Amino acid sequence: MLKIKNLHAKVEGLKILKGIDLEINAGEVHAIMGPNGSGKSTLSSVIAGKEEYEVTRGEIVFEGEELTEFDAEERAHKGVFLSFQYPVEIPGVTVTNFMRTVINANRKAKGMEDMPANEMLKMIREKSELLEIDRKFLSRSLNEGFSGGEKKRNEIFQMAMLEPKLAILDETDSGLDIDALRIVANGVNKLKKPDNATLVITHYQRLLDYIIPDFVHVMLDGKIVKSGGKELAYELEEKGYDWIKEEVGA
Amino acid sequence: MELKDKLLSSFLAFEENVDMHSDIHEVRSRAIKDFEEMGFPTKKQEAWKYTSLNKVLKHDYTVFPKKEDTIDYRDVEKYFIDDIDTYKIVFIDGIYASHLSATTHEKIDACLMSSALNNSKYKPIIDNYFNTVAPKESLTSLNTAFSREGAFIHIPKNTMADKPIQVINFSTGNESALLVQPRNLIVVGENSHVQIIERHQSLTDHPVLTNSVTEIYADKRAIVDYYKIQNDNHQASLIDNTFIEQHRESNCSVHTFSFGGNLTRNNLNFYQKGERIDSTLKGITVIGGKQHVDHNTLVHHTEPNCESHQDYKGVFAESSTGVFNGKIIVNKEAQKTNAFQANNNILLDDKATINSKPQLEIFADDVKCSHGCTIGQLDDDALFYLRSRGIPLKEARALLMYAFANNVLESVKIPELKARITKIIALKLGVNVGYSL
Repeated sequence: MLKIKNLHAKVEGLKILKGIDLEINAGEVHAIMGPNGSGKSTLSSVIAGKEEYEVTRGEIVFEGEELTEFDAEERAHKGVFLSFQYPVEIPGVTVTNFMRTVINANRKAKGMEDMPANEMLKMIREKSELLEIDRKFLSRSLNEGFSGGEKKRNEIFQMAMLEPKLAILDETDSGLDIDALRIVANGVNKLKKPDNATLVITHYQRLLDYIIPDFVHVMLDGKIVKSGGKELAYELEEKGYDWIKEEVGA
Repeated sequence: MELKDKLLSSFLAFEENVDMHSDIHEVRSRAIKDFEEMGFPTKKQEAWKYTSLNKVLKHDYTVFPKKEDTIDYRDVEKYFIDDIDTYKIVFIDGIYASHLSATTHEKIDACLMSSALNNSKYKPIIDNYFNTVAPKESLTSLNTAFSREGAFIHIPKNTMADKPIQVINFSTGNESALLVQPRNLIVVGENSHVQIIERHQSLTDHPVLTNSVTEIYADKRAIVDYYKIQNDNHQASLIDNTFIEQHRESNCSVHTFSFGGNLTRNNLNFYQKGERIDSTLKGITVIGGKQHVDHNTLVHHTEPNCESHQDYKGVFAESSTGVFNGKIIVNKEAQKTNAFQANNNILLDDKATINSKPQLEIFADDVKCSHGCTIGQLDDDALFYLRSRGIPLKEARALLMYAFANNVLESVKIPELKARITKIIALKLGVNVGYSL
């Protein structure tokens, strides 16, 4: 589904990604772990198409197409979804109306008519139950005054509405208490299907107790330096990152 | 002939037209002398530094409109907030249009200035309040000199107006360029409450200059909510002078929504004369082309424990210009004043301009005053967020501008009006409003 080869990227003139190789197939859950500043969030933004991040070398092939040729919105239409670490507040636009705008923008891109209102409401109701979101929440302005947990739950709610092929969860566990973490992880797990894939980006092993990865990658200084199964996450939790730095001679 | 001279010579003819013996004959005569002395404001004056009236004043305006009575309700229906029941005081070219109006004298008076000026029943109110709130200032004096028509609203004490009042000034300038000068007086008694929606709307392409003066007197514990819809066509210019005197524990708000017009100048002054008064001044400006909108506000705190809240937002496209000049005066006696002022702007094009100038004159030492002004572009992170959800760039930009301006609407207390303004903003910004945002 996703093949990243020798990806290099710059942010404001600084080289952040220095040769990433990563392959994700349908049905798989991958986790990228790494210390602060290793380039994890940059990688997720580059895949989603943030314009300010410049790809200088390498390729990102998604379902046979070179993603860097497309704008962020076109990548979304193709089925790439990024759950933001810091979702943006949009005062005056309710969660429900934002979802309508988003769903219909995606339908329009596929040459489809707007979704009928009753169908939309039904879908919103179903998906919000999945994330244990109550109705009052849906009529609040998007992310405005939301707690950390509410913001993340709302991100996964959007993911549930869009049903992407590839979901990238950028530090989805940060700022979550244990209950919110459970709800969010539960939502992600329920959305898992044989034809979609998930990339979890995280600092801590904690989230991976709930979303069990098939592969764990360790990122250091803009490169993936070690890959393994889920046991690698436990090892990192126990021993930190220093032993890997030594092992790879960083 | 210069417009000033033309106006001075028109004054005699005007006075002959109206009742020479009316009580305000002297007020008018004094006002024309004041105007003669002061003339029109120029950019040399600090308060007019960023707004030039030169172009607007070069038209050969007449102050004697012909009565226009061919306009049918259906032609102008869309300019009313028609999904709620309201009183309506409607003028066409400054002349009362009874067939479009719905006035009242039951419990409250929502009627005409001309009838209030000529009816002895209203003499005490005219004597007590007319031209008492408005300061001596050139354009206000000019309006006073030619004052004859406008809205007269009187809410006696302990009365809640049972429905909002719409004051709508249509202009046709059916012969040539027209200068209209509505004069409104609104007196709200103790513990009383009223909501007013005001609109100026030109119906033709003739140049129209409106120089409007509204005096509002809010007695103790009165609540006044005033909404100004400025969405006129691009040949029409508006100088709106609104003066509000508030007494103890009263609560007044003015929301100004500026989307249309060629040149719009809002002089909005709040004079607080009592303790525990609350004043709210809010505005949304969304303009483009060569439009110009100037908000010139004053809040004068004279007694302790009062508050004022100002929140003005502007979105400026193409070569439009905006001005915000917000003055707050806190007298020595006005301890424990809370005065807030915010002016946030987004410039969409290189040629768009905003001049934002807070002026705080604080003579008391135990006060909280804050002011903040921002001028910026749209946030890249926010744009990326929306685009990553599949919303195309153009719509994402519009949605962010909409969100930026929209929170000013939270304090609008008439839901139908809020919906209307939301729709105008969405249309202006090209956001899809197939549903209510």
